[in-house]
Amino acid sequence: MTSSPTNLREQDGPYFGEFGGRFVPESLIAALDQLAETYEIAKHDPEFALELAELHRSYTGRPSIITEAKQFAATANDQVRIFLKREDLNHTGSHKINNVLGQALITKRMGKTRIIAETGAGQHGVASATAAALFGLDCVVYMGEVDTERQALNVARMRLLGAEVVPVKTGSRTLKDAINEALRDWVANVDTTHYLLGTVAGPHPFPTMVRDFHSVIGNEARQQMLDEFGFLPTVVAACVGGGSNAIGIFHAFLDDKDVDLYGFEAAGDGLDTPRHAATLTYGKLGVLHGAKSYMLQDEDGQTMDSHSISAGLDYPGVGPEHAWLKDLGRAKYRGISDAEAMDAMLLLARTEGIIPAIETSHALAGALKLAKELPDGSSILINLSGRGDKDMETAAKYFGFLPGDN
Amino acid sequence: MSKTAQVLKDRKVAGKGSLVGYFPIGYPSLAESIDAAVAMCENGVDVLELGVPYSDPVMDGPVIQEATLHALEHGFKLKQVFEAVKAVTSRVKTPVLVMTYWNPVIQYGVERFAQDLSEAGGAGLITPDLIPDEAGDWLAASDKYDLDRVFLSAPTSTQERAQVSSDLSRGFVYAVSTMGITGAREELDSLARKVVAGVREADANQNTCVGIGISTAEQVAEVNQYSDGAIVGSAFVRAYAEGGVEALKVKVTELASLLER
Repeated sequence: MTSSPTNLREQDGPYFGEFGGRFVPESLIAALDQLAETYEIAKHDPEFALELAELHRSYTGRPSIITEAKQFAATANDQVRIFLKREDLNHTGSHKINNVLGQALITKRMGKTRIIAETGAGQHGVASATAAALFGLDCVVYMGEVDTERQALNVARMRLLGAEVVPVKTGSRTLKDAINEALRDWVANVDTTHYLLGTVAGPHPFPTMVRDFHSVIGNEARQQMLDEFGFLPTVVAACVGGGSNAIGIFHAFLDDKDVDLYGFEAAGDGLDTPRHAATLTYGKLGVLHGAKSYMLQDEDGQTMDSHSISAGLDYPGVGPEHAWLKDLGRAKYRGISDAEAMDAMLLLARTEGIIPAIETSHALAGALKLAKELPDGSSILINLSGRGDKDMETAAKYFGFLPGDN
Repeated sequence: MSKTAQVLKDRKVAGKGSLVGYFPIGYPSLAESIDAAVAMCENGVDVLELGVPYSDPVMDGPVIQEATLHALEHGFKLKQVFEAVKAVTSRVKTPVLVMTYWNPVIQYGVERFAQDLSEAGGAGLITPDLIPDEAGDWLAASDKYDLDRVFLSAPTSTQERAQVSSDLSRGFVYAVSTMGITGAREELDSLARKVVAGVREADANQNTCVGIGISTAEQVAEVNQYSDGAIVGSAFVRAYAEGGVEALKVKVTELASLLER
C-alpha cells in the first residue's frame, strides 16, 4: 500500500490509500498485467498522445466549450456564477467518448479484435459501439434488462452501429449485473477480447487509466476558466455513479486548495428511504467488481440493489479514487433525489435551452443548492457530462409530456 | 500436514485418485444442503467444497448462479456457513473446504471468519476472487488457525505466478482447466495439463486439483492421471436440481466410478 503523496494529482493505482487493488479471478491477472503494461508504455509515448488528441479534435469535437448559465444561476442566487463544461456536445453526446477512444487505441496496441462493454444508461455502450465501428472491432455490450427497457432507444443506437446488445437477466438486471456478465465474458475470451470498462471502478489499472482519459475534461476546463474568465471556480461539481465524469473534471483541480470539489450521487427516493444509490454517503468498505471501495451492502457483504431514476447512476459501488478523496476530505459528496434532479433538468432546459442527461441533472440540482449556501461572488463549474436526448422517454413520462397528457 | 493434503496424498499413493465435490450452502434450504453434502461424502467425494452464496458471483456459470440465487432469495445468512460446516463435519470425516467470494469474509472480519470456521471443523477456504497479492490478512489468519488456503492458477498465469500460488496455497492449488466460468463442458482443455505442470514445476510436493468444466467419470479419471484430484460443481448441482438428493447420489457414484474406493 502506498502512502498519499503531497501532490494528489500524482497518485496512481493500484491503490488510492486503502482503496483499489485487484480482487479478480486469477484467470484475469495476465490480461490486467498486459493492459497495465500497454497503457504505461502508451502513456509515455508522444505518438499515442498525438493520435488521441487528433481523434479528439477531428472526431470527438474537443475542446468542448464552457457556457455560462446566467439565467439558471439566477434562479438560486444571482450573485453566484455557474459555468457548464459542455461534455454533452461531444460526439455521441457525453463524456464517455473520451475514455472509449483512448481504450480503443489501447485495444489495437494489444492486438485484440473484440471489445466488450457494460452500460447502464447506454451512454458508454453507445460510445463503445461507436469506437468499435470506427476502428473495425467486434463489439458486445452487456446491459441490464431493466435498463434496456428504460433506454430502448440507446439499444437501437448501439445495434445501428453494429454492436451486439445482450440484455442481462441475472441479479437485479441493472448495471452491476451487466458488469458481472462482462467479467464472465472476459474470463472466457481474454485472448481476443478487451473489456472496455466505462468507469473509474474495477481492478487496477482501470481506475487510473479511465481517469487519465477523462482528465482532459478538467485540464481543458481549468485553462478555459483562466483564459476566458481570469479565475478558477470556487467549486467544481459533478454527478457521481461509478465516478468517471466527476474524476475527469476534479483531477486537474485536486491540488488547487482554494477550489472545493463536490460530487452529487443519486439519492433516489430520498436518503431516508432504502431506495437510493448513495454509495459514498451510506456505503461500507468492501470489494465489488475487482476493487476495494465503498459499496452498498448488507451485513453479510451481499451487494444491495441501488435505485435511481437515472440508469447511469444506478450503481451500488463507486471508484476507489473517490472513496480516497472522500476520506481525505478533499472532495465532498452529497445525495440528490430523483425529484430534485428532474426539477433541475426542467429548469436548465427552460432557462438556458440546454437539455441535460438525468445523470448530469443531479450535479445541476446540487449546484443550485450550493449556490444558495455560497458567499456572493462565488462561482461553480459543473461538468455537463451528457445530453438528455436519451432520457426523453423517462422525462416525457415523468413530466406528462406525451400526447394525451394534460 | 493439512487434512485435505493428507487425504489427497493418501489416495494418490494408493493409486486411487480423488474427487472434490462442490455444493452450495442453503440450496434449496440449509437442512437440505447439509443432507446433500453428507450424501456426496458418503458416495464418493473425497474432499467437500461448500459454496457460499453471493450476490455477484463472477466466476460462476448459470447452474451455480441459479442455485446460489435461490439460496439468497430464501434467506441464506452468512452465519449458516458455520452451521453447515459443523453439521457436515459431525457426520462425516471428509475434509470440508468453504468456497467463498471475498467480500462476505471482509464484512464478517477475516480473522473472525477464520476462527469460526476453524471452530466449526472446517478445513479452510477456496477464494476465487482473492489472489495471493491481495491476501495479506488471510495469510495471517489462516496461519493462526491452521486452515487450508486454496489459491487458483490459470492457463494464463505466468510461471512466476504459478510459483506464488503454489508457495502460498495449503491443501492444494486449484488449477483452472479452461478459460471460462464454472459449468460442465464436453471436452476438457489440454490447458489443464499445462497449469498442473506449472504448479509441479514450482513445487513437486504441492497438490493440484483441476476444476471447471468436469462432468463425466472419464474426465474425472483422466484428470487424476496427471493431477491430484478432479473438482466437480455444476454437474452435481444440476443433478440435484433435476432429481434431488437421490439423483445427486447417483451422479457422485457415477463420477467416482472409475476411481478406486
